[in-house]
Amino acid sequence: MSKPAKTADLSGLYPAAIRESFTKLDPRSLWRNPVMFVTAVVAAMTTVLGLRDLVTGVAGAGTSLHIAAWLWLCVLFANFAEALAEGRGKARADTLRATKSETRVRVLAAPDDDPATATETTSTALRAGQFVHVSAGEIIPADGEAMRGVASVNESAITGESAPVIREAGGDRSSVTGGTTVASDWLVIRVTAEPGKSFLDRMIALVEGAERQKTPNEIALNILLVGLTLIFLFVVVTLPAFASYSATTIPVIVLGALFVTLIPTTIGGLLSAIGIAGMDRLVKANVIAKSGRAVEAAGDVDTLLLDKTGTITFGNRMADALIPAPGVDPRRLAEAAALASLADETPEGKSIVDKAREGLGQVPAMPEGAEAVAFTAQTRLSGLDLADGRSFRKGATDAVIRLTGQTPPQALAAQVDAIARSGGTPLLVAEGTEILGAVHLKDIVKPGVRERFAELRAMGIRTVMITGDNPLTAAAIAAEAGVDDFLAEATPEMKLDLIRREQAGGRLVAMCGDGSNDAPALAQADVGVAMNAGTPAAKEAANLIDLDSDPTKLIEVVLVGKQLLISRGALTTFSIANDVAKYFAILPAIFIAAYPGLGALNIMGLASPTSAILAAVIFNALILVALVPLALRGVRYRPASAAALLRRNLLVYGLGGLIVPFVGIKAIDATLVVLNLA
Amino acid sequence: MSLIAYSLYFAALVSLAWLLAIWMTRVFSGALPAALLRTEATLLRLCGAAPDRGIGWGAYALAVLVFNATCFVVLYVLLRAQGTLPLNPDGIGGMAPDLAFNTAVSFVTNTNWQAYSGEAQLSYLSQMAGLTMQNFVSAGTGMAVAVAVVRGFVAPREATLGNFWVDLTRSVLWILLPLSVVLALFLAWQGVPQTLQGAVMATGLEGQDQIIARGPAAAQIAIKQLGTNGGGFFGVNSAHPFENPTIASNMAQSLSILLIPVAFCFLFGRMAGDRRQGWAIFAAMAVMFVAGLAVVHVYEIAGNPALGVGANMEGKEQRFGAMLSALWAASTTAASNGSVNAMHDSFMPLSGLVMLVFMQIGEVIFGGVGAGLYGMLLYVVLAVFLAGLMVGRTPEYLGRKIEGREVTLAVLAFLSMPLGILVGGALAATVPQALAAVQEPGPHGMSEILYAYSSATGNNGSAFGGYGAALTWHTTALGIIMLLGRYAIIIPMLAIAGSMIRKPQAPVTSGTFPTHGPLFVTLLILTVLILGALTFFPVLALGPIAEETARLAGQSF
Repeated sequence: MSKPAKTADLSGLYPAAIRESFTKLDPRSLWRNPVMFVTAVVAAMTTVLGLRDLVTGVAGAGTSLHIAAWLWLCVLFANFAEALAEGRGKARADTLRATKSETRVRVLAAPDDDPATATETTSTALRAGQFVHVSAGEIIPADGEAMRGVASVNESAITGESAPVIREAGGDRSSVTGGTTVASDWLVIRVTAEPGKSFLDRMIALVEGAERQKTPNEIALNILLVGLTLIFLFVVVTLPAFASYSATTIPVIVLGALFVTLIPTTIGGLLSAIGIAGMDRLVKANVIAKSGRAVEAAGDVDTLLLDKTGTITFGNRMADALIPAPGVDPRRLAEAAALASLADETPEGKSIVDKAREGLGQVPAMPEGAEAVAFTAQTRLSGLDLADGRSFRKGATDAVIRLTGQTPPQALAAQVDAIARSGGTPLLVAEGTEILGAVHLKDIVKPGVRERFAELRAMGIRTVMITGDNPLTAAAIAAEAGVDDFLAEATPEMKLDLIRREQAGGRLVAMCGDGSNDAPALAQADVGVAMNAGTPAAKEAANLIDLDSDPTKLIEVVLVGKQLLISRGALTTFSIANDVAKYFAILPAIFIAAYPGLGALNIMGLASPTSAILAAVIFNALILVALVPLALRGVRYRPASAAALLRRNLLVYGLGGLIVPFVGIKAIDATLVVLNLA
Repeated sequence: MSLIAYSLYFAALVSLAWLLAIWMTRVFSGALPAALLRTEATLLRLCGAAPDRGIGWGAYALAVLVFNATCFVVLYVLLRAQGTLPLNPDGIGGMAPDLAFNTAVSFVTNTNWQAYSGEAQLSYLSQMAGLTMQNFVSAGTGMAVAVAVVRGFVAPREATLGNFWVDLTRSVLWILLPLSVVLALFLAWQGVPQTLQGAVMATGLEGQDQIIARGPAAAQIAIKQLGTNGGGFFGVNSAHPFENPTIASNMAQSLSILLIPVAFCFLFGRMAGDRRQGWAIFAAMAVMFVAGLAVVHVYEIAGNPALGVGANMEGKEQRFGAMLSALWAASTTAASNGSVNAMHDSFMPLSGLVMLVFMQIGEVIFGGVGAGLYGMLLYVVLAVFLAGLMVGRTPEYLGRKIEGREVTLAVLAFLSMPLGILVGGALAATVPQALAAVQEPGPHGMSEILYAYSSATGNNGSAFGGYGAALTWHTTALGIIMLLGRYAIIIPMLAIAGSMIRKPQAPVTSGTFPTHGPLFVTLLILTVLILGALTFFPVLALGPIAEETARLAGQSF
């Protein structure tokens, strides 16, 4: 698998991001981020006033321009963070765009027409509803559904997975994606997407962040940030009046500096970068979100519906134990089981050979002249007939009994019953008419699954296993995997009912699915992940699409959603907690002339009023750029209960946000003094 | 010694409030004896209200506004025309228009800011049918709104916020009235006058003539304390020996200031079906209250070395001493009551700082009856939204998500505090017509300005003293700001409630943000201090903090 590297090296993106930081100074683009827009306005004002003082020769122009420079830097750093986040997506978008070449295509009037009657046109002229014939070596020109034929398709352009996949008309593997290549055979496809609205287009827009819409929580947070900015505007605008009463005048530049340091620039500057980086993490996991809302909703999920096969178990029954009949040597059973399975290429057969190898050290090679007996639905047996006349069979209990005319000995029969009761599948092994023993086939739960579900439980997420198995088997696997609940013999209607029931109780439900009959449930679920290999209907109903068609991805999506929300919350808390120190830096500096006693508030012992104000402004800009990596990477997140997360994050980002600026401002102040800058 | 006294006070307060909350839960859910329900229904029918119908938040807010506007008009007319109306034994004339506006707004908004002196400018009719009545219904309005807001957070999705007329009637009839009767009788027993006869003329020992004002005081004082109104019968409020004659009357009044606001915390927990939620809010309020009280106590007991040894007794009644005055000062500013038993102007600078902060954070440390709780719920919404994201889910409170709409409304409500205090104060500190009100120059004068505007915005009503708030500028500006401080919070909070009640309630899991326990209490306190108090840090630095640092340097104002 050639997915993009998990930790991409960002340094290659720096030059473009730095250029972008300046183009983003365009007021029309800044306007979308009110906090940074206000910062830029103050920076511009400070620059003008500083220049005026410089021209008219008023003292202190140097300091004003110094403050202005740092205010501009603050804006540029925020732009840089956003540009960097976008840049990562752009690189991927460019590779995607490369696959979008214009090609000649053959259009059929009806799916059953002879390809020879096709008319030629260009891929960009295709409309939804047209039928196209594609054969080996050709690029599939548009998103569509296979109507006729079977073909292997190389989807590496979209998924990064180089092994071709089968696409065929009818069934759950009928969906094809524009930009992928037919590796062998041919297909007739009904085009389902209008030009410019294909999956590839959507994906390009998404990774580039061009169509990025703010998510509900991001909008709410933005409102709060604007509200705080307004409150601090009141504080700063009214301050000259109170100061004049106290016989002090505060220079406009200092007021501007106080204002910018108080408003939540840190989170304001990083908010969009956090959002873009969150979506980017999904793209890296090869999941395409059709809306940002779905990513956030993933963080809120209370109930996860997980398909048993592929998510919880490997999806194939495997040999778990060989049980010899009384008086039979275990080695003889192992040998017979291995011989009966040598010609069996199914995962079950292979697992029996593997199990036998465990007991024997090595299994016999395929004997010369042996003839394989394949499994049929009538005999429900398979095995091997050797040239020397010996025959080995394995099969369902009743089939072996019918074949041999024997009933298994009492002890073995009891074991067979126990296997069936535990949800496993018993097979009997026979040589000729002698029953040698039983094989215990069972669904093997993937390693680590149990721990994963325990983590989810700690996070307050309930897991429900969905399976077509009978309740007995389902219960056994559910117990082994540690899920909270299961739905056995599940039909699409039952899934839909379950989702509705959960939602009626106020829970948010996530599920994944691929078949057309999953579409209603996918649409009903708050978070629906469709497999890319699935049907167009499923992909249309879902709000997330997993390009790897890996059902375990659902859990990853939930974690990405949570991390996105946590990153925002943590940086908001940090940003607001910073204000305490900034007050203690700037207020004494402003008021010390009027009330020398207020020097007592200078608890950091900053060198001078000028250095104090500069230090606060510089800290404000530096902390923004220092937190860019955190914003892009996302806050470290270990699954835990909400109470534990809150305790930890409040300690790190709340208390940290109170303390860090005291230390930082003091250090910058000391540096300024050493450098003789203030 | 004082520690034991304070502990006893708190024990009494919490146990009485806890019991009261049980009764209030029954009252507001309508689980009342049949006789009471019949009385109530008859009254509502007479008023033409449809008691059995719940209403949406918009209709609820409209009912509040219509009712309060009517109260304002009636009270304004009464005050202007009192000279020609009966029950005026001392022949007091009608009130000036600006003062009548200020007074009417003040009593309708449960502020009870008094720019007048009761015994000199009000007839008995105005006192009883005007002010005392407003003391009941303005408190009832706050209680009704609080109950509606709580329903928005806790009631099931298909329920409504309730019916304003029913909630108001129940607040007044079954909570405020019975408690007031008990307290008024107790106060009358302690020596507070309750008479319709006019002032007494007396000749003093030195032969000078003296007018001793009296009147139907006990009834008004009872509700002034219970309803966190605070408007005294006499100009100097509960420092007047007729308003507050004994230590016993002082303690009873101190307790009744905080009684209903504390009970609202417990009522919240009961209505939420999870008493821990109520305790968490109570704990956050109590921690801030005790911290503030400790500061006032320490500074008042230590006194001002510049004035000699011993406690700071300037502006305090000898009957009560520094400790009971400190307790009263902290309670009355925390609870948006506004009655005083000592002159706050004469407290030490940092005691004044505590009182200012208590009001500036929006009267959420117990606060006004009902108003304190919905004010604190505003902070809860903000705290949950800020920190809630940190657990990796859309923030939710009591199972309901806090989203864009709620945050917008909360921010709008929250803006009224800096708007009233900072913008109002800034004008008062610059406009010459307003500046004339300042008694002392320098930082103490700054405190006077801040105190007046904080008191009006927080609907507290207490005055720092010394500040000439009767100037036309202030009666008008403060009147407008009192309206802002009341309705710019009530309307958004009701809208939040109306929006919350429509949301599905998610079940509690280990992934739910915990809104009880010490961690949440700490978070809530920090939110109040950082969002609420820090906004006013610059102006507080120019007022009480500058005064304190100057005092330490040996300078006085």
